[in-house]
Amino acid sequence: MIPEIGHYALVLALAVALVQASLPLIGASRNDASLMEVARSGALAQFGFVALAFACLTQAYIVGDFSVRNVAENSNSAIPFLYKVSGVWGNHEGSMLLWVLILALFGAAVAAFGRNLPPPLRARVLAVQAMTGVAFLAFIVFTSNPFERLNPAPLDGRDLNPLLQDPGLAFHPPFLYLGYVGLSTTFSFAVAALIEGRVDPAWARWVRPWTLGAWATLTLGIALGSWWAYYELGWGGWWFWDPVENASFMPWLVATALLHSAIVAEKRDALKSWTILLAILAFALSLIGTFLVRSGVLTSVHAFAVDPARGSFILVILVLAIGGSLALYAWRAPSLRPGGIFAPVSREGAMVLNNLLLATAAATVFLGTLYPLFLDAVSGAKVSVGPPFFNATFVPLMVPLVVAMVFGPLLAWKRGNLKAATARLWVALAASVIAIVGVLVVYGVSSVLAAFGMALAVWCAGGSLVELAERIRLFRVPPADSLQRLAGLPRSAWGMTIAHFGLGVFIAGAVASSAWQVEKVQIVQPGDKVELAGYTFLFKGAVEERGPNYIARRGTFEVTKDGKPVATLHPAKRFFPVQRTTTTEAAIHTLWIADLYAVIGDPQESQQVGGPALPTDPNAGWAARLYYNPLIPWIWIGTIIMALGGAVSLTDRRHRVGAPVPAQARAAASPAE
Amino acid sequence: MTRKRRRLYILGLFLLGLGTATALTLYGLKDNVAFFRSPTEVIKAAGLPKGDFRLGGLVEIGSIERPPADARSLEVRFRITDIESTVPVVYAGILPDLFREGQGVIANGRLLPDGTFRAREILAKHDENYMPPEVAEALKKSGRWNETMGKGK
Repeated sequence: MIPEIGHYALVLALAVALVQASLPLIGASRNDASLMEVARSGALAQFGFVALAFACLTQAYIVGDFSVRNVAENSNSAIPFLYKVSGVWGNHEGSMLLWVLILALFGAAVAAFGRNLPPPLRARVLAVQAMTGVAFLAFIVFTSNPFERLNPAPLDGRDLNPLLQDPGLAFHPPFLYLGYVGLSTTFSFAVAALIEGRVDPAWARWVRPWTLGAWATLTLGIALGSWWAYYELGWGGWWFWDPVENASFMPWLVATALLHSAIVAEKRDALKSWTILLAILAFALSLIGTFLVRSGVLTSVHAFAVDPARGSFILVILVLAIGGSLALYAWRAPSLRPGGIFAPVSREGAMVLNNLLLATAAATVFLGTLYPLFLDAVSGAKVSVGPPFFNATFVPLMVPLVVAMVFGPLLAWKRGNLKAATARLWVALAASVIAIVGVLVVYGVSSVLAAFGMALAVWCAGGSLVELAERIRLFRVPPADSLQRLAGLPRSAWGMTIAHFGLGVFIAGAVASSAWQVEKVQIVQPGDKVELAGYTFLFKGAVEERGPNYIARRGTFEVTKDGKPVATLHPAKRFFPVQRTTTTEAAIHTLWIADLYAVIGDPQESQQVGGPALPTDPNAGWAARLYYNPLIPWIWIGTIIMALGGAVSLTDRRHRVGAPVPAQARAAASPAE
Repeated sequence: MTRKRRRLYILGLFLLGLGTATALTLYGLKDNVAFFRSPTEVIKAAGLPKGDFRLGGLVEIGSIERPPADARSLEVRFRITDIESTVPVVYAGILPDLFREGQGVIANGRLLPDGTFRAREILAKHDENYMPPEVAEALKKSGRWNETMGKGK
């Protein structure tokens, strides 16, 4: 009965979304307040119905209602509670339901918190939001119904894909979707602005919190996914330029560009049509990501099911949404009044450079990701584009970006002074040079690229601190004054400093872990010692261990340094009998400036691969892979700091106070200069 | 600074960025694209295919040979087949979790002069019911595809 209620709620949500997508638009064009008001109640009702459907599915998972096909195929009675819940979105249908839930959540949030928006804009934003809702609700109802029943019902379920039975991955989809789908709000604002034909600083200010929120959660979502890949796949790496990773990274790059260009639109009333374009592109890339991942054209853990009908349905949504919004853009954007002008060397100029580099980077990632699909369609040749391509194209674009981003905040609006900015940055510059020299002295001349990479990290983190010191006029006014200035800094300024600093931390982690990773793959027998980067790994053998729904072979390494114990590592292989699948559980001990990482493979004696059997000979050798990963935790620390910067900026006062049209905007209305 | 000049600057920067990106991309694609080949394509190719490529097919049943227990070596030998043709593969390292006889895999590496494929990397899929599309296609081409293959269980 409960699944039927869920199904019914879903259909009702679709009906509500249809109304919400149409009437408010008519209302806004006729300036009819009651029709426009439909948007708000519609958004809240739509969210209510989708939430009800989601709750029904969750209930079916928690109690283990295996008469629901979706539950039977992706859950099991023996599975731990957390994975019963995360199983809801650990499959195609459920993850699409989560997608729509978050879409409706953002719509409801605009309805609830958007009281200061002018009613026509709010009505149009919610109508556009509902159009996306209609498309995806129809997709679920017609091609991916999560509430389909089985008759007769099986006694038990077929279990969740063991790779997904992991805390990191349990929370990865909700965060990623909050970011991915959060960009839908920005998109709706952009399309609504195009319909109105008006973009002003007030608009940019309204959009900003939505972009910031989406950006911060997307950052966390990507970080969670990469963390999962790091410890669950057991390859010691954290980013593989896998098409699915790229699918989430492209919207991030464009959202980052948007975050910066929206500042220019807000403060200087410039770059408006470009900002609108970025808002459209960011969500378009989210949709393309959804298509790539959900249609099964890509080989990955995310390709839950391959069904041509679904692929073509999403493709149609994609073409309508992207084609429609870009056509609207081409038609309406020329009517947007260009805003304030600026010199190339100015804060606006720096933002333009930032945008160009980020957009270009997104384009190269896009090309590399889609090239195999394109080539297959054109010539039938099967190719794959791997990490070397992305390292050769993406990294060179990021270097000038990071070099320039330190200058940006030190330049004045309209016309900046590069010389003065450089003079202020001498501390950061000196620190970077010290970093280069230090790395070359310690690691030798062969590490020249890594040395420049570390210098870049120091430059980025140091530069953001210098900027903060400049703002509070440290050492130039009495310390008490500096403190007072520090306390008085707007949250958005703090947010920027924190996020830029976090990027520096991230770069240090990324450079060090790829330059100085030490790896050893070998056979170990109980009692063997392996030396790795000054640490001694003593293998103590392996035992069998039983979990709730798996049997594991669990090895033990005792790690010492100079005879002193450092850690005990327990890498394991888990065998899941229901799905007859094995997963690798890497053991990681973090020293915060490095990770000790161990993976255990098959015992040497067994000819059979997989399965839970222990070797009969207790002294049998085991394949083992050991890593010393310097600074790798900084990658995630850095991304968390970046997301934190976004969150701090989100709490800025000006996002909460009503945003009347600022005086600046009125001034800009008269032709400048 | 007039509006026209600013536009010119932005246009110039944009073209510069576009040019750089195109150059980088073309350079990157030239060297870093790995082609996929089926065992039949490898065997029938005139001369040995040069450079790295991806070899995909099924792991032939009964073909996995591990080194003797006292050798302390990680070198595994097996054969990849599309039923019509077979290519021997050698790989030193830890095999992925889902590597099993009779299942679809993709090996990344190059062909040695003796016709053995030395794999640098072995990719098995994340889900046992899933067949890499390239492998499915190779099997279809060799006429040995059967409908149960992609479904498992």
